[in-house]
Amino acid sequence: MIFVTVGTQLPFERLIEAVDLWAAEHPETEVFAQVGETRYQAKHMTCVEKLGPGEYTEKFNQADVVVSHVGMGTIISGLEHAKPLVLMPRLAEKGEHRNNHQLGTAEKFSKYKQIQFVNTAQELNTAISACLATKLSPEQGCPETSVNLIKKLKSFVNEE
Amino acid sequence: MKAKKRILLISSCGGHWVQMNRLRPAFEDHDVYFACTERAYAQSAPEGRFFYVPDASLKSNPFKILWLALNVLAILIKIRPHVVLSTGAAPGFFALTLAKLIRSKTIWVDSIANVNELSVSGRKVGRFADLYITQWEHLAREDGPQYFGSVV
Repeated sequence: MIFVTVGTQLPFERLIEAVDLWAAEHPETEVFAQVGETRYQAKHMTCVEKLGPGEYTEKFNQADVVVSHVGMGTIISGLEHAKPLVLMPRLAEKGEHRNNHQLGTAEKFSKYKQIQFVNTAQELNTAISACLATKLSPEQGCPETSVNLIKKLKSFVNEE
Repeated sequence: MKAKKRILLISSCGGHWVQMNRLRPAFEDHDVYFACTERAYAQSAPEGRFFYVPDASLKSNPFKILWLALNVLAILIKIRPHVVLSTGAAPGFFALTLAKLIRSKTIWVDSIANVNELSVSGRKVGRFADLYITQWEHLAREDGPQYFGSVV
């Protein structure tokens, strides 16, 4: 199963449309999407506007591949649950976000092999198929929160 | 053994919440309270330790913003936290601002999503925080924010 999630704050039509194209070519694979307030009517996948956190976690865990925008929630959950991720950055010039910070995040997280960053429908199509075909084995476990950061917070709280 | 303190962790839902939860190990010796814009997150907090706050952004209409601020203030008065921490966005902005009224110590941890520049809320409230943290080394400055590492 492919799980698609674009957060609930802003629509991301370009991503939903691109996944719908992939789904049209792959009717054998179930595609389930949380799309937020999206006008585009997907024809080849199941769409819901919003999932509760419980249902969200369930779909996330069941998925073979998670497709999303470059959101930190998705990236961290993906690393925590060792999920292959296909992520498309939202672009300000297309009205998809207020700025292009998702491009910066994509660049900084490009070292993780289990995350594929894509910019076009064509790249997305190739990346989803590749993730499914190779059953890409994700890196072991999620990196921990920096020891120094935890230490600093601890000592700050314990100061008189 | 030092006395337990009351810590309030407050953020909006999604990525901010996920990041904030990865800081929980820092506060395991204390009484931790949570506040967020998604009611269903209550299930990941200990019984009676979760508070809902309504969502708003700094660009929302003034009534929505005021409603959020009042809710945050009510939580602060109820818990009287020794320390308030936020990863963003608007709920954290108000929590850190209003925390000054009850003399809580404040921590702003800017979201790791902000790679090229600090978040809007962070730029507004960060330098008034007692501890102002960025998760990117290249965004750290001598007069704050400081860098100690990140949640991934």
